[in-house]
Amino acid sequence: MTTQKKNALFDLFASVQLALFLLFLLASTSIVGTIVPQNNPFTFYVERYGFKTARFFQLLDIPDMYNSWWFLGLLTLFALNLIVCSIERIPQAIRQFRRDVLAVSSEQLEKFPLRSELHLAGEMPVVAGRVATLLKRHGWHAKEGSADPGRIYGAEKGKWSRFGLYVVHCSILVILAGALLGSSAVAHKVFGDPLFAFKGSVMLPEGEQTDHVYAHKGNERLDLGFALHCDDFSIAYYDNGMPKTYRSKVTVLEHGAPVQTTEIEVNKPLTYKGVTFYQSSYQPYQDYQATLKKKDGSAETTARIPVAQQIDWPEGGVSYGIINRERQGEVTRQLKIWFTDGRGEPSVFWVHADQEAAIERPSGTYLLTIRQRYATGLQATKDPGVELVYGGCLLMLVGLYIAFFLSHRRLYVLVQPEEKGCRLLFAGDANKNRVGFERYFLQLISKLDNETK
Amino acid sequence: MDSSQLFGIAMIAYILAAAFYLGLFLFKMERFGLIGMLLAVAGTCAQTVAIGLRWHESYQMGVGHAPLTNMYESLVFFAWCTACFYLALEYRFKTRIMGAFVMPCVAVAMAYASFADRIDSRISPLIPALQSNWLIAHVVTCFIGYAAFAVAGALGVMYLLKQSAENKPQHTNRNMTDALPSLPVIDDLTYKTIVFGFMWLSAGIITGAVWANEAWGTYWSWDPKETWSIITWFLYALTLHARFTRGWRGRRIAWLAMLGFVAVFFTYFGVNFFLSGLHSYGSA
Ligand code: HEM
Repeated sequence: MTTQKKNALFDLFASVQLALFLLFLLASTSIVGTIVPQNNPFTFYVERYGFKTARFFQLLDIPDMYNSWWFLGLLTLFALNLIVCSIERIPQAIRQFRRDVLAVSSEQLEKFPLRSELHLAGEMPVVAGRVATLLKRHGWHAKEGSADPGRIYGAEKGKWSRFGLYVVHCSILVILAGALLGSSAVAHKVFGDPLFAFKGSVMLPEGEQTDHVYAHKGNERLDLGFALHCDDFSIAYYDNGMPKTYRSKVTVLEHGAPVQTTEIEVNKPLTYKGVTFYQSSYQPYQDYQATLKKKDGSAETTARIPVAQQIDWPEGGVSYGIINRERQGEVTRQLKIWFTDGRGEPSVFWVHADQEAAIERPSGTYLLTIRQRYATGLQATKDPGVELVYGGCLLMLVGLYIAFFLSHRRLYVLVQPEEKGCRLLFAGDANKNRVGFERYFLQLISKLDNETK
Repeated sequence: MDSSQLFGIAMIAYILAAAFYLGLFLFKMERFGLIGMLLAVAGTCAQTVAIGLRWHESYQMGVGHAPLTNMYESLVFFAWCTACFYLALEYRFKTRIMGAFVMPCVAVAMAYASFADRIDSRISPLIPALQSNWLIAHVVTCFIGYAAFAVAGALGVMYLLKQSAENKPQHTNRNMTDALPSLPVIDDLTYKTIVFGFMWLSAGIITGAVWANEAWGTYWSWDPKETWSIITWFLYALTLHARFTRGWRGRRIAWLAMLGFVAVFFTYFGVNFFLSGLHSYGSA
């Protein structure tokens, strides 16, 4: 490659035109994935769009377009654009940053767009001293130099705010780097360690434990290195029947020994050894856990029971069973119980799932609780890039604030002796919010003016 | 008095305010503008109390949560943010006539929230996914951004209107737009408003991502709402870069401000009604 070609490529990637073009492409192509449902099996697309279109979609990875080669390619170009653009401009910005504030001539000052002239009586040193005090009092740390004729004072504020935009651009790269670090594809293909970063899930029945989860991509088994036991899963409802909480009580086990018992809810995940467990779904089973005891405490039993089957508890001298259910979807809300101790008519009654029912029988009072059995669906995620992403986000907000709301302001005063007194030339410059700076500039000058009157 | 009555009062105040601002624009009566402004302030005050009251009422019902959780509440909040943002802008830049372009949007949002069949105004309890402190941070940041973009869109309309009137021969209804601020002033305000909105939209997307990570274990899953918010963000990034690196001004920026608001509108509204995804609660 000749240097000329290299430069052409470099120039292309350093150009803002390319950035505008890429932003436009990213915005417009992103729409596709919001219209075409993502991550469905091939047959879904055939049914919906016909075979030809489905094949075409497959060719372009439309069913998983945000991970497709071309979309990731666009993002890569975007990142390259940012990097090259910054490489090209940062040295220039640093040079500008380093430039001495006094590196202006009095001729240049005469041509500043924002300037104002003032004539004061008094000797040079006195007037110059007054100017220096004024600047100091308003937080301008002025440098002093000599002009021909007279003296020049120069001060600047917010010089570093010129770097705000690089902070923003850099933050985008940090976020992208964090996304790469946390990507399971990168963990697989680059680090060769599926356990470095993954998203997976597990369906864990109450009373059971697991030491592995299954990856979402490819359903690969991922060994956690510790075990998670589901003690209990429960759903609470509002009065109007809407779900209020999904809660899993889980215990973490290391080498079979419990180390931590926690409740996981939606919005309250558990993080253990870098793996975070989220409440994501549940599976109701169509059998039940019955806890039955005599109120006097003389006997107790638990049993796993199906529907419509008579259960005998010889020790307590009773038989019982579930003869009907009221369900919402797969979830049992109420159960109709048949219960007898062999004396008189059997008791038949409705009871809410999870609620204790007291049953008065000739042979004594019994307490019965029926719970539906569940499995809790936990998502397990390991994302070592998330801190980087959050850091990048914070950096972006700070950078945007600096880039948009702070400005680099320069203020000069040229003090020149005249026949009677001095001529003062104020000149100023701001790279943003010029109107606001102009107002400030004029106010500052009027202060000096007033003081002398 | 309950919150729904107060919301009704606010809506009426906004509708009247819009009418008076339009009166100011059409008939150039300074007094109309003043009345419009006072009505807008009254509407905003009533609505502020109403939002607080609704919050309080939800606690009395035992399902306490900030009133930012369904389509009704978010529309109302959008109207409130836009009214507040507009009034601040009017105060700061002394351009009352802009109300003729912004207040109608506020009035329409409130009226739509109150009367549309598909919008349920009842206070309902929070489903588990929404029970998070990030809810408030996320919704508030997004909606400040949306409000700014709504105002920027209105400014875009204003710009194009004024420009087309200026290009026409003298006799046509040219004086109608005479009272509008000069083109460079509108252009500058549009730009500043977009910058402000961009900052908040960025914060909104970020708080949303943090929340998603807290609730679902993924800070970004390309669901339609997320995707549309990033599309909107790209669009405004493009607008800003076109302006400060390519020197785009005036007409082009006005069009982009309007196009940007279309994207905002789709992100906020269209996605709930036309596409499905994790954010579907909004369609309730
Ligand atoms: C969506 C991603 C981007 C965001 C959020 C963003 C944000 C910003 C911000 C906040 C500024 C400062 C504006 C100001 O100081 O007034 C800026 C300036 C700039 N951006 Fe970006 N930027 C993005 C992408 C890019 C890309 C890919 C390039 C690649 C060439 C680029 C090139 C520039 C340049 C050259 C400036 C300097 C403008 C000037 O002050 O003359 N930006 N950007």
